[in-house]
Amino acid sequence: MRPFTFAAGIFALAFAQAGHADTPVLTIYTYESFVPDWGPGPVIEANFEDNCDCDLQWVAAGDGAALLARLRLEGNSTEADIVLGLDTNLTAAALETGLFAPHGISPDGLTLPLAWDDATFLPYDWGYFAFVHRADLPFVPGSFTELAASDLSIVIQDPRSSTPGLGLLMWVEAAYGDAAAGIWDGLSDNIATVTPGWSEAYGLFLEGEADMVLSYTTSPAYHLIAEDDPGFDSATFAEGHYLQVEVAGIVASTDVPDLAQDFMAFMLTSGFQDVIPTTNWMYPAASDNLPEGFETLAAPPSALLLPADDAAARRDAAIDTWATSLSR
Amino acid sequence: MGDITQPLIPMARAGHAVLGGVALLTLGPLLAVALTAGGVGGLRAADWGAIRFTLLQALLSAGLSVGLAIPVARALVRRHFPLRAIFVTLLGAPFLLPVIVAVMGLLAVFGRAGILSDALAFLGLPRLEIFGLEGVLLAHVFLNLPLAVRLLLAGWQRIPAERMRLASALGFGRRAMWLHFELPLLRETVPGAFAAIFLICTTSFAVALILGGGPRATTVELAIFQAFRFDFDLGRAAALGVAQVGICLVAGLAVTRFALLRDMGTGLDRRLTDWPGLGMAARIADAVVIALVALFLLAPISILAARGLPELWNLPPSVWQAALRSLVLALASAVLAVASALAVAAMMVSRPTRALADGVAFLGLAVSPLVIGTGLFVILRPWVSPDAVALPVTGLVNALVSLPFILRGLRPALADAVQSQGRLAVSLGLSRFETWRLAILPRLRRAMGFGAGLAAALSAGDLGVVALFALGDRATLPLEMYRLLGTYRTDAAAGAALLLMALSLGLFWAFDRWGRSGDRA
Repeated sequence: MRPFTFAAGIFALAFAQAGHADTPVLTIYTYESFVPDWGPGPVIEANFEDNCDCDLQWVAAGDGAALLARLRLEGNSTEADIVLGLDTNLTAAALETGLFAPHGISPDGLTLPLAWDDATFLPYDWGYFAFVHRADLPFVPGSFTELAASDLSIVIQDPRSSTPGLGLLMWVEAAYGDAAAGIWDGLSDNIATVTPGWSEAYGLFLEGEADMVLSYTTSPAYHLIAEDDPGFDSATFAEGHYLQVEVAGIVASTDVPDLAQDFMAFMLTSGFQDVIPTTNWMYPAASDNLPEGFETLAAPPSALLLPADDAAARRDAAIDTWATSLSR
Repeated sequence: MGDITQPLIPMARAGHAVLGGVALLTLGPLLAVALTAGGVGGLRAADWGAIRFTLLQALLSAGLSVGLAIPVARALVRRHFPLRAIFVTLLGAPFLLPVIVAVMGLLAVFGRAGILSDALAFLGLPRLEIFGLEGVLLAHVFLNLPLAVRLLLAGWQRIPAERMRLASALGFGRRAMWLHFELPLLRETVPGAFAAIFLICTTSFAVALILGGGPRATTVELAIFQAFRFDFDLGRAAALGVAQVGICLVAGLAVTRFALLRDMGTGLDRRLTDWPGLGMAARIADAVVIALVALFLLAPISILAARGLPELWNLPPSVWQAALRSLVLALASAVLAVASALAVAAMMVSRPTRALADGVAFLGLAVSPLVIGTGLFVILRPWVSPDAVALPVTGLVNALVSLPFILRGLRPALADAVQSQGRLAVSLGLSRFETWRLAILPRLRRAMGFGAGLAAALSAGDLGVVALFALGDRATLPLEMYRLLGTYRTDAAAGAALLLMALSLGLFWAFDRWGRSGDRA
């Protein structure tokens, strides 16, 4: 009768969690890699609960795109009070759902490389997309055109299934606009393969299947700090580097709007921000307090970011261009 | 009086219910997605390309897997060697691995930096380039050849030893063995194995994309993923899901058209003895085939194991908890899958209306896991928190996926048991219960053991259909492994992958061994 005992256990667990009716519960939807024991989730939860007399519950499903899909399926009946983990490629679609409420916070002290002006979504971390390589790579390209002209091999993510993949697409769009197709034509023979998500691409790169992988300028920091391995670096491109800004937003149907707003404010303080660099391996969005090792990371000459609605409007055509170039 | 299928009737009734459940759990979610969308949407031009590529690679993958499995299964039947049983179990490993792990293992051998490329480079030859259709086929054969071998082996093992002795006594040569034993056997097992693998390959997308080298290798499943995640175009997702079901039904009908269930004759359940008519050349050829397939399948597995071993001791505690959770889930799923398969098999044997039944049984393989996951989410949400039932739903859907595989072995075994023992049971006046206990179940043990092992292992290794469902700190082992992979912890992920491999294989081995231990000497 194991299955039944087991199922009963699961139910019991679910009800036990919902049990404390007097303590307000703040439910935050986030992506899967935010919540493991070694991720940012548990520490942030403890730090926030220290001051709120509330119960913060993470609900983690898939990646940023999966979160938004789930929210859309649930609509106004969602239990989410906050969604944390969308990026700027998703915010236009997220806003369009009408499911989000203004955060009502005027954030000072944001440390993004670009000005941030969004009444709905508030950034908590950011990173520069970059091609990461082993430090002993003999030739490191300084631009997309140099990369395309080289015989270096790269692994990228599919823009149809992965947010970094979509980020690369927007990077080329932002840097080259109408000439993007030419860049993709040039890159097509450098692309060893395309993966559904970041994990697979990074795995293939570590495996030695390609010289470079699309990731972040902060990726070498993981190897340096967590593995004590200085053997990784990222290429700095003259065109500038596209930003991934990860944001959170308050869900309009929340039953604890004040608590949600408290969390949004807390998100920009050290109890949240200081956890980010060595757990999420991104730059904190409102702090200059970086751990030792981050000073070794590449500093791109300029930051690129398409406005959210612009990015959304150009996406389909950009994917077609990409697919056509790579299918030749 | 004297209807020998009479003891099957109650089970057969349950079989109808099971098939109804399968249809409900697969077509229901599809319908739910379509209803949420307000109808089935249109397909884009690119989707037709995806359908074409999906069919092409699935046909080739299934053809190659089954084609190569024939000499392998044959060699394994004809040759007996030390550790054969363990070898056969290990051969199952690739099929039970999570896709990304299998791909990494494959690349460690065949990739640009793999040992084969290293060897070639050492000889001054260029390194291998496997990305492209050849890479997709390599991976699909790697993943599915073991399954094909096992499905074919099950067919060979149905030959009663008495017939083999008779053939021996009559001095059957290779040609006679081929005509009278092997050809009819293949006629019976190949179509089912082909269809099962074809369907598995139609819903593959990570393998196809990673090894296919880019958008040329876009499958229907990727298009569905895109429709759900980035476009939130549920209508198009539903349309693609319908296309998959169409492909499934055609495959199911084709199986029924080509597969002939033959009476293999009755015997006393003795173990197979030596294969008649085997010359020296054939013996050497068999040995070579076995050695090659061992190298092909076991080299990547060994590399993965060697990589993971030093990491096992450093795994976060949550990984071990996840392993325990996956173990329980796998056992529950296996029990459910075998019980369901038994009922469906009883139904198919007692009333041979297999065309539709086969198609329905295959639905679990054919409907996109993404569609099932999303549809179930939509269906369950008004009634119960989807997150709370995520694990039971995972177990249920895993059982659904295993059902067609278990049936492939169970149905013929049940038909044989009823054919060979039914009359006796009727003439002895055994009750239904006794007929099952004494005459039928002992003869199903091998198929049930194999089926339960497969179901348990598949369930342990499956990431689940529940991407939208949140598991939180109730993660399964594959999910925990993905979390490690997604946060740079590649080494720990290698440890988790080894644990997963050991769990899957251990479960498979234990059940399979239980099944074989019923064989009589």
